[in-house]
Amino acid sequence: MVAKTLYEKIWEDHVVTAPNEEPTLLYVDLHLVHEVTSPQAFDGLRLNARGVRRPDLTLATADHNVPTDPLSVPVMDPISRRQLEVLDENCAEFGITVFPRGHENQGIVHIIGPELGVTQPGMTIVCGDSHTSTHGAFGALAFGIGTSEVEHVLATQTIPQQRAKTMSVTIDGTPPPGVSAKDIVLAIVGRLGTGGGAGYVIEYRGEAIERLSMEGRMTVCNMSIEAGARAGLVAVDETTIDYLRGRPGVPAGDAFDEAAARWRSLVSDDDAAFDTEITLSASDLVPFITWGTNPAQVVALSGVVPSPDGVEDADEKNTITRALEYMDLTPGTPLRSIPIDVVFIGSCTNARIEDLRAAAEVARGASVKDGVRALVVPGSRRVKNQAEAEGLDQVFLAAGFEWREPGCSMCLGMNPDILTPGQRCASTSNRNFEGRQGRGGRTHLVSPVVAAASAIMGRFASPEEVRA
Amino acid sequence: MKPVHVLEGRAVPLERSDVDTDQIIPSDWLKRVERTGFGRGLFSEWRDDTTFVLNQPEYVGASILIAGPRFGTGSSREHAVWALMDYGFEAVIAPSFGDIFRNNSSKQGLVIVQLSLEDVEGLMAAVTDDPSRLIVIDVERLSVELPEIGWRRDFILDPMTQERLLEGWDDIGISLRRENEIARYEVTSRAPSLTDVFDASGHAVRA
Repeated sequence: MVAKTLYEKIWEDHVVTAPNEEPTLLYVDLHLVHEVTSPQAFDGLRLNARGVRRPDLTLATADHNVPTDPLSVPVMDPISRRQLEVLDENCAEFGITVFPRGHENQGIVHIIGPELGVTQPGMTIVCGDSHTSTHGAFGALAFGIGTSEVEHVLATQTIPQQRAKTMSVTIDGTPPPGVSAKDIVLAIVGRLGTGGGAGYVIEYRGEAIERLSMEGRMTVCNMSIEAGARAGLVAVDETTIDYLRGRPGVPAGDAFDEAAARWRSLVSDDDAAFDTEITLSASDLVPFITWGTNPAQVVALSGVVPSPDGVEDADEKNTITRALEYMDLTPGTPLRSIPIDVVFIGSCTNARIEDLRAAAEVARGASVKDGVRALVVPGSRRVKNQAEAEGLDQVFLAAGFEWREPGCSMCLGMNPDILTPGQRCASTSNRNFEGRQGRGGRTHLVSPVVAAASAIMGRFASPEEVRA
Repeated sequence: MKPVHVLEGRAVPLERSDVDTDQIIPSDWLKRVERTGFGRGLFSEWRDDTTFVLNQPEYVGASILIAGPRFGTGSSREHAVWALMDYGFEAVIAPSFGDIFRNNSSKQGLVIVQLSLEDVEGLMAAVTDDPSRLIVIDVERLSVELPEIGWRRDFILDPMTQERLLEGWDDIGISLRRENEIARYEVTSRAPSLTDVFDASGHAVRA
């Protein structure tokens, strides 16, 4: 028997038809929907008198532009309000389960899928959002699609796809203390560059990945797209099975054991060949931070702002110069000396319960530096409730952080949580693009513990500095 | 989708690499539920700058955008394609593109032309020298030409994308012809139905 990668196994299991000269038609097991990339797709269905083929494999939530104000405050922006209403109307019309603002299951689409157990190993999962790669942590083939494709999946429950190339990224050994999943993925993106993964599905492997919790694996897979890869994967193991047991979407009792037995086969065969193989040593990892305007512009938190001098490639040199200008940074400046204005702890990258626990541990008993605005935005209502049950909200509030309602929030600045021009932000999100968090805003991507420490120190800082 | 055979127009040189979809259309514009009107938001963070290339009178009315490497990376927002097309662009020429952006473009009829870095730089220089120069993109022959200076290059499109552009085909219509195959697959599909997981108001049946 030919040895297969995990990607190839899931792919072959979902081929509806593979005609000559045409892309393969893949079946979609779960279609996640949110308010921003779906209205024009539903409109397209109506225009062509088409229905939703499998509303029972489709799940919708409000996340991208929901305000994170208390629920008693109405959605003030009329355009946002309309978009949220349109999602509810479309889901009612087509019989799709939807979690509107305030619903017990509402949250960022990539947080609620896993926590509800509807994200399962071996599935194909799509969503009109590039961070759909998050779900690959479960050994599911999950990738982002555009609105035309959303319409296509609604109408046919399938998606035409060209087979991707396969890449393995192996992190050997165990990382030093203080290195989080976020640091691992920042190192990977820094190594591959923003285009290095284009055309590939990446499988993350090695001891450092195996030792991560499911939430850590989600953080890693989440940012696959930042290296240009549409999907990331991690093989199923007992960590995966243990996470899923007892969640609402998974079967119970004997049926769970049967499912688990099947899921355990979702690993790449020992001698399966990848088109590209990359290895990083975990012992080389440190806490990382982005200094520039793309997620591959990564340096050690203990490092300095890089210089374009001596960079041979003209395009690369130009990119660095432009980024320095936009970020208002001088080469050679130690990152830890740079003052910040805002801290954002949230997003589909880092707003799960373990992220909040880690950040709260740093914030416990400390105070946010005067003049710094620090927001904590839980990824979902369930995460928020869990954090409150553990008293984490009180830790954050006592330290001077804002404790907000769940949503995508300042990760992409669609709701009122935005930076003002020139503000500098330590953010646990996934993109430091120009203007991403608000026009003229300057974003530095960091882990939850570095974000919390930076809030307290008023500059980029490691947790050790808080405790010192 | 309208069929596309040959495009002929002037081009704008956007001398930047890593132009992500957040730059093409900022998130503020994503709240709209319509499909039109996004052209006003195209590159909106840069449009206030009077020196920005799109604001130069000699490039008004250009229908081809020439950009640096990794154009359209990042967010999956198809609004980026709608914004480019609503503004009047019919094709983008660059050394490389974001995967999702490339896919989205093919669904809307925005022609994606990938050339080598040297060729893209050459084209940029040519239309910077003389913005009135016409570029011809032939989707049938898969070629880009600058007839005035006798410059011609071939480019690659996957056969399906090319055919769809030439015929103006709607993807969904094509896939719906596979109804029998889809129905046959569904018989053995293991995808768990969410009606067993959530009740009518979205509460989990098992907490």
